[in-house]
Amino acid sequence: MTTGFETAPVSRRDWLLSDRPTSRMQARLGRAYMIWLRFSANRLALAGLGLILALILVAIFADVLAPFDPVQGDLRNARLLPPGTGSYLLGTDDQGRDILSRLIHGSRLTLAVVGLVAVIAAPLGLLVGTVAGYAGGWVDAVLMRITDIFLAFPKLVLALAFVAALGPGIENAILAIAITSWPPYARMARAETLGVRHSDYIAAVRLMGASPFRIVLRHVMPMCLSSLIVRVTLDMAGIILTAAGLGFLGLGAQPPSPEWGAMIASGRRFILDQWWVATMPGIAILLVSLGFNLLGDGLRDALDPREAGR
Amino acid sequence: MTVTASTAGRRRARSTKILFDVGRFLVVLITTYLGLLAVTFFIGRVIPIDPVLAILGDRAPASAIARVRAEMGLDLPIWQQFLIYIRQILSGDFGTSVLTTNPVLTDIARVFPATLELATFGTLIGTIVGIPLGVLAAVKRDTLIDQAVRLIGLIGYSIPIFWLALLCLLLFYGKLDWVAFPGRIDIAYEYTFTPITQLFLLDAILQREWDVAWDVFRHIVLPGCLLGYVSLAYISRMTRSFMLTELGQEYVVAARAKGLSERRIIWAHVLRNAAVPLVTVIALSYAGLLEGSVLTETVFSWPGVGLYITNSLQSADMNAVLGGTLVIGSAFIALNLLSDLLYRTLDPRTRAR
Amino acid sequence: MSALLTVDNLKVQYPTRSGLIEAVRGVSFTLGRERLGIVGESGSGKSQTGRAIMGLTTPQAIVTADRLDFQGMDLLKASPRERRALRGKRIAMVLQDPKYSLNPVMTIGRQIVETLRTHESVSKAEARRRALAMLEAVQIRDPERVFGLYPHEVSGGMGQRAMIAMMLICDPEMLIADEPTSALDVTVQLEVLGILDRLVATRGMGLIFVSHDLRLVSSFCDRVLVMYAGKVVEELRASELSQARHPYTRGLLDCVPKIGESRHPLPVLDRKPEWAA
Repeated sequence: MTTGFETAPVSRRDWLLSDRPTSRMQARLGRAYMIWLRFSANRLALAGLGLILALILVAIFADVLAPFDPVQGDLRNARLLPPGTGSYLLGTDDQGRDILSRLIHGSRLTLAVVGLVAVIAAPLGLLVGTVAGYAGGWVDAVLMRITDIFLAFPKLVLALAFVAALGPGIENAILAIAITSWPPYARMARAETLGVRHSDYIAAVRLMGASPFRIVLRHVMPMCLSSLIVRVTLDMAGIILTAAGLGFLGLGAQPPSPEWGAMIASGRRFILDQWWVATMPGIAILLVSLGFNLLGDGLRDALDPREAGR
Repeated sequence: MTVTASTAGRRRARSTKILFDVGRFLVVLITTYLGLLAVTFFIGRVIPIDPVLAILGDRAPASAIARVRAEMGLDLPIWQQFLIYIRQILSGDFGTSVLTTNPVLTDIARVFPATLELATFGTLIGTIVGIPLGVLAAVKRDTLIDQAVRLIGLIGYSIPIFWLALLCLLLFYGKLDWVAFPGRIDIAYEYTFTPITQLFLLDAILQREWDVAWDVFRHIVLPGCLLGYVSLAYISRMTRSFMLTELGQEYVVAARAKGLSERRIIWAHVLRNAAVPLVTVIALSYAGLLEGSVLTETVFSWPGVGLYITNSLQSADMNAVLGGTLVIGSAFIALNLLSDLLYRTLDPRTRAR
Repeated sequence: MSALLTVDNLKVQYPTRSGLIEAVRGVSFTLGRERLGIVGESGSGKSQTGRAIMGLTTPQAIVTADRLDFQGMDLLKASPRERRALRGKRIAMVLQDPKYSLNPVMTIGRQIVETLRTHESVSKAEARRRALAMLEAVQIRDPERVFGLYPHEVSGGMGQRAMIAMMLICDPEMLIADEPTSALDVTVQLEVLGILDRLVATRGMGLIFVSHDLRLVSSFCDRVLVMYAGKVVEELRASELSQARHPYTRGLLDCVPKIGESRHPLPVLDRKPEWAA
């Protein structure tokens, strides 16, 4: 197999871009490299990636980065100081807490929300969609009817009602958002499944005696992954906004935890005089969800060049 | 003879198809609505460990608790409870609000027009501005204009609306004093003005009360434009995408070969084709604004369903919360189905003929 | 024979990241009131030639020529407005597949009327009357009914006739037909060709017939240009096709099977880079 190729020393780039990969590993890496080349040609997508990486780093190193305690403020000396006063770069809130430190620690909550929602909703949608698409018949009809019913619900209001019943708190907010966000994934996974269901390679695997379970898990689901990743990334922004909205209404993370939406809510009372208290967390939310949107757009263009620029 | 026979046959086939479509439509409507009821039922009666306590509070006397328990049928199996629940909802019994002590349905009838007016205002702005922007971006693809439209859309997708609302309030009310204080109408007019349709802007204009109309406008313009921006971000992005798909079609080349002006090709041919999926987008965005107004209404003290729900949340008034959820949910379902119907009528290829 | 159209050294180029791609590389010919066929494989530049004459290449295309002259009018110097006035009125074009080239959400009648009313100020009633007459001219038996139909409601052959009606209603002097029958069933092809032939003859139009089918073109046209890689490699009278000298043309001719002939091995089209030079 490898004769004729092993003699000439090839650069890593050539190895990756080879149109005759000699191992599955090389083919995979080569494909990933192609995607990366397309992705990195898009400056906005890179900016999005940068924002998200920054968010992750800030969340990891929050304890090191934050100059002050996010929860315990200096009520006597540092109430409602404007940005740039002393070492309070973004000012302080009504409890005398450094807003920058709270934002830095809040990034952990934001990341936890999007991460957990994605971990709950995406596999659920993927499972429902692939099973419905592969099984067909009444299983498909029933599962898709349920999906469509959930699709036709107002997400935010339903999440509100869920949290109202379960009680406020960030765990319940995550659960409520996850419950309302799986249907689009199911629809998408089903469409992809229908696309590959009758293809020859599936027939071949079936002839080799693979069980339906194995076919769906090993041969159908991987086909849905790239569109799922794109879709989930694009949804992250919406998830952040919903979570912040719930926080703003006092249904998400409870005080004194530095959740960005709740921070806006607490700054609302001072909006006319101490504008920075509510403004700073909003900028953080805007940047992060912008980052996810840019990243998602870039991923979609890189993974599916046909749709590029749409 | 053969001609008439075949037309009769075609007519029969056509009426069967229409019957089938109506049947499908009803199945979708009924199952979706049952689903919504199941979810609200689940939230209201199943999640709380003791719904009676949730309604009466833990200081209620034991006799009252037992009475309410029997009244609510909580000793029955759950599916019977669900049937009772459906019957109650269908007969318009949404329960009583603890906060206002009114029947929830009465409350909602009072607040719904405000939400409707706001969402309609926003959708109108989103459509009137969003479609031309999207068309422009598609026609001037990859130019600075396209990038600018894309940026406007991206920010609209990414911005927390309640935060933007606060900032706008700070700027336009606090600093510039261009718009009115939060609320729907100035207190001075609240008792002298008698609305007909409950859509205040329309009512004031109909009655030629120009000072009232101006005041109502000064109240609605900021929240309305904010919702309009959210809707515009979505509509312009989808318009651009649909237009690009259509611009690549052969009929556009044919239209150019006929010697039509670019303007006519864009607006009469391409947009007319893009309009088919766009109607769905607009209906969905309208539905989105009906629910999205929850946050905006809270910031602007706009007395609509959203504010009603959030106020009830503060006092754990579940009947009111679920009533509001049901109403928004119904409007959502109705608009979803309406968009489906419109799609079928607008596209001659799917039209039942 | 006075020339309707003179093309001299026409080039169409597309800038890409890896340099200029030359779709048409110096095509020259003249067209009188005759039927000229342009033949070649896909990618040979035949369609691009047609579109360049119409002024319908995409905006990024660079079109140059020493001469591109339609009835004494320099097309390359004409303003977009002037060229638009020509299109549909004096130069028309029939596209390949009516399924895609007719607007799906507009009735056939409206699409025909639209061409007419773009170029001539006629009343609605008059436009309708002429559109119906035109539908009759393309041998549609029930013009009143077809007038109100949407494109998806008619067959491919009917759609292509509607397309011809839409393009010829203003009596153009020249028609470019870009593979007008390739998307149709074989039985319908001849019908549509017959209609096209009759209209071209009775109205005295010049016709450029773009196709990949050398036999079809030779039986239908007076003269044939054979294109390869953006260049004309051979020009012949249709009647003298059997005397074609260029190996590429011979190759195209040999592609057509004959009844009773043994074909082993199957001939493969020979391509030599020097033909393109």
